[in-house]
Amino acid sequence: MADALLTVENLAVEFQRNRDRIYAVNGVSFSIAPGEALGIVGESGSGKSVTLLSVLGLIAENGRITSGSAVFQGRDLLKLRRRELEEIRGRDIGMIFQNPMTSLNPVMRVGDQIMEVMLTHHVASPKEAYRRTIELLEEMGIPEPEVRFRNYPHEFSGGMRQRIMIAIAIACNPQLLIADEPTTALDVTVQMQILSLLRDLRQTKGMAVALITHDFGVAANFCDRLIVMYAGSVVEVASRAEFIRRPMHPYTLALKESIIEVGHRHREVRAIPGMAPVLTSPPNFCAFADRCPFAIDRCRNERPQLRSFGNGHGVACHRAEEVLELVH
Amino acid sequence: MSIEPLVKATEVSKRFHVQGKVLRAVERVSFELHPGKTLGVVGESGSGKSTLGRVVLKLLEADGGSVTFEGTDLSKVPRKTLRQMRRHMQMVFQDPMASLNPRMTVFDAIEDGLKIHGIGKSAAERRMRVEEVLERVGLPRSAGVAYPHELSGGQLQRVGIARALALRPKFVVLDEPVSALDVSIQAQVIQLLRELRDEMQLAYMFISHNLAVVEYLSDEVLVLYLGEVVEQAPVEELFAKPSHPYTQALMRSVLKVPTSPDEVQDLTPISGEIPSPFAPPPGCPFHPRCPVAQEVCRQKKPEIREISPGHRVSCHLA
Amino acid sequence: MAVVLEQSPAVRPRPQSRWLQAWRRYSRNYFAVAGLIWVILFLLTGIIGPWIAPYGYADTDFLNVYQGPSWQHIMGTDNLGHDMFSQILWSTRFAIEIAFGATLVSFVIGVILGLWAGLAGGITDMLIMRLVDFMYAFPSYFLNLILVVKFGRGLLPILFAIGITGWAGYARLIRSLVLSLRNSDMVEAARALGASPVHIARKYVFPNVMTNMVVALAFGIPYDLTAQAALSVVGLGPAPPMPSFGNLVANANANILGYPWLLYFPAGIFALTLLSFQFVADGLQEALNPKGGN
Repeated sequence: MADALLTVENLAVEFQRNRDRIYAVNGVSFSIAPGEALGIVGESGSGKSVTLLSVLGLIAENGRITSGSAVFQGRDLLKLRRRELEEIRGRDIGMIFQNPMTSLNPVMRVGDQIMEVMLTHHVASPKEAYRRTIELLEEMGIPEPEVRFRNYPHEFSGGMRQRIMIAIAIACNPQLLIADEPTTALDVTVQMQILSLLRDLRQTKGMAVALITHDFGVAANFCDRLIVMYAGSVVEVASRAEFIRRPMHPYTLALKESIIEVGHRHREVRAIPGMAPVLTSPPNFCAFADRCPFAIDRCRNERPQLRSFGNGHGVACHRAEEVLELVH
Repeated sequence: MSIEPLVKATEVSKRFHVQGKVLRAVERVSFELHPGKTLGVVGESGSGKSTLGRVVLKLLEADGGSVTFEGTDLSKVPRKTLRQMRRHMQMVFQDPMASLNPRMTVFDAIEDGLKIHGIGKSAAERRMRVEEVLERVGLPRSAGVAYPHELSGGQLQRVGIARALALRPKFVVLDEPVSALDVSIQAQVIQLLRELRDEMQLAYMFISHNLAVVEYLSDEVLVLYLGEVVEQAPVEELFAKPSHPYTQALMRSVLKVPTSPDEVQDLTPISGEIPSPFAPPPGCPFHPRCPVAQEVCRQKKPEIREISPGHRVSCHLA
Repeated sequence: MAVVLEQSPAVRPRPQSRWLQAWRRYSRNYFAVAGLIWVILFLLTGIIGPWIAPYGYADTDFLNVYQGPSWQHIMGTDNLGHDMFSQILWSTRFAIEIAFGATLVSFVIGVILGLWAGLAGGITDMLIMRLVDFMYAFPSYFLNLILVVKFGRGLLPILFAIGITGWAGYARLIRSLVLSLRNSDMVEAARALGASPVHIARKYVFPNVMTNMVVALAFGIPYDLTAQAALSVVGLGPAPPMPSFGNLVANANANILGYPWLLYFPAGIFALTLLSFQFVADGLQEALNPKGGN
């Protein structure tokens, strides 16, 4: 994709944990188009958050990017100096996280926190920033913005705090918003509100959203395109329509089967046996093989590469063709 | 059902006094629960669902109403007897890591319950029983020597379940037992809970914010909002004919994985957020967010009433 | 498969007991190990020092005053011809007696009041905690001085004077531990299991409080060592001719220009000891509460 907003290629991230080296992200490639909503789905330890956070230089101390590139607007983020990256973060790429309380400054009025980001990045004069802040609060659906400007984070509910985080994230009109489990800590009715707010923002501002989530339902209803990650690798990437019509990777299939949904009462739930591995050496095999009903010897000896199956549908499975035939 | 229920709650209420303010955590909740059956309790934060579970087990003292277990009124039981009764009524917690003693091995944690209740004449007998229950919940015997921090979330929750079930209880309160777990692990644990219930004729009180798992496991469901039951019905009835606007809103808020392109949901939220339980709105507690609210809803609190056998709704308009 | 996937921890063979694990963590911290060696030497000196001291603490040799270090007096002699090495050995015993005794006194008072406040709650808690605030706010050194002046300069009066001014920290720590444990999921789970309050205290609360206590004690001892020395610097330590680190330093201070070794040896050894206790305490903290808890 020549016109991609962000293109990550062959990214690998390792962590040092006690004496073990953990291979958290192993050669991940993907891209985000302008205005697109991309869902990155995976369970804990799949590397879904690490992938995007490491690109932004927000990686834990014991982590290290060992290879790859991440080109954003013609610049490789992995080669930028810290200062340059800080300029991009918050201005061109906004971020929201699962727990807004830990990201907000508890002793600073929320309005000032929203203004601050505009002033730091020199996108507005103080007067303009104030006006924009009031506008933003209004846009976020926060009643009485002039009054709420002067409130502190603890005076807001969880949903309202997440709205304030979103206001901060989009204050400089970024082209890309990275949302890391933004609704996981929220009640379902509030989750719906936040997701619909994000959808509206995307439509009105043409902003791309990368939604990192463990919740397949959230991703499938919000995003145009989905990436499924497992043990630090992308196992499947496809448009939403493709995902709905013909999911192909055995992990994707198994995960979908294991989700208990309303209406499943009289159905056996097929849980995936075992648990996801933590890789202590680089995978030269399929990390899902141990839990996979389709696994053959080859899966244990050779790492499957992401192969294209048309319509932008990519699957990393040696037996994708057979699986496709068997399942569909 | 003419036979005596195992657990019966009648108009149970619980209030907390926090800094001079009164929080009505649970208001006049009633239900009956029979062996082998599951009562689902659904609600969002502040609904009082966890408090209800603790009041039913008398881990918290009720302020009004009564809970009986096998016909015995728990409020009239002396402390020591209550402790003995706990053998039959157990609890599984949301965060298994926090609910286990970090300085006790899995084996010791499970065995402790047996020791407390004087089950098993010898150490060997207790060991057998612990190993049996470990295997039953799908953990290897060798898991006994592990400390909690060495296990994964799913394994820990199996330990939590094993600890409760080692006592062979009749009634188990499950407080969000899978919400801290990964999706693929959730299914494993839910499956296990269903098997164990059917095998041992356990009665469950299953507390969760997740409608889907509640539906999967329950026979009857209570929907709580700000401490009050807004709807109570047999599970199939509730999901086929949700009659309270809040129940309907909850169900619409659940995002399912679409199985065909036209199943993709449009994200239409209900307005407003859950009010502070310290200052619940007058009239119907849901009226500020209710899409069909009318004048009467703002003025008068609805009484819960039966709209069809076993289906009770607290709404003026139902 | 050429590669090791992390095995489910449950099927790993048990490596070693918790105490052994704690020791392994401790032994990886070289400063803590060095500190521990010094502390052990210091304690041994306190016990057998008087027997190995080449001279008695009151022995004076007026022919050899202000001697520099030599084979006869390896740390030199002071203005009265006391052998500095022997003085330090005797001071060590005194310092250890005071510091350990005072810490024990503080600890006992702190544990009792902290438990009482945490368990009773309400007005009792309020009163005890106000007393704690008072103890914090009031300069304990000043209180030490008053008490020693009033009750004398013997071992026991000094020990108690330091002990009864130093308990506030322990009380506050115990109370907060009790409060957080009382509202913990762990204790609620134990109640749900049917455990009696005594059983909960013994098997759930105590083991989790204990490591914190050990660490608090390890931090407390150097504090009381300092308090003891500070008293004798102003002449409120043990009565001469009994030596102590405090009056050795005070005495040396007076002669600092001509005879600096009189300061170097006692001050250096004392500082090294404090540092070692600190390293030991830090090491214990990390080894016993590995996840940075508390």
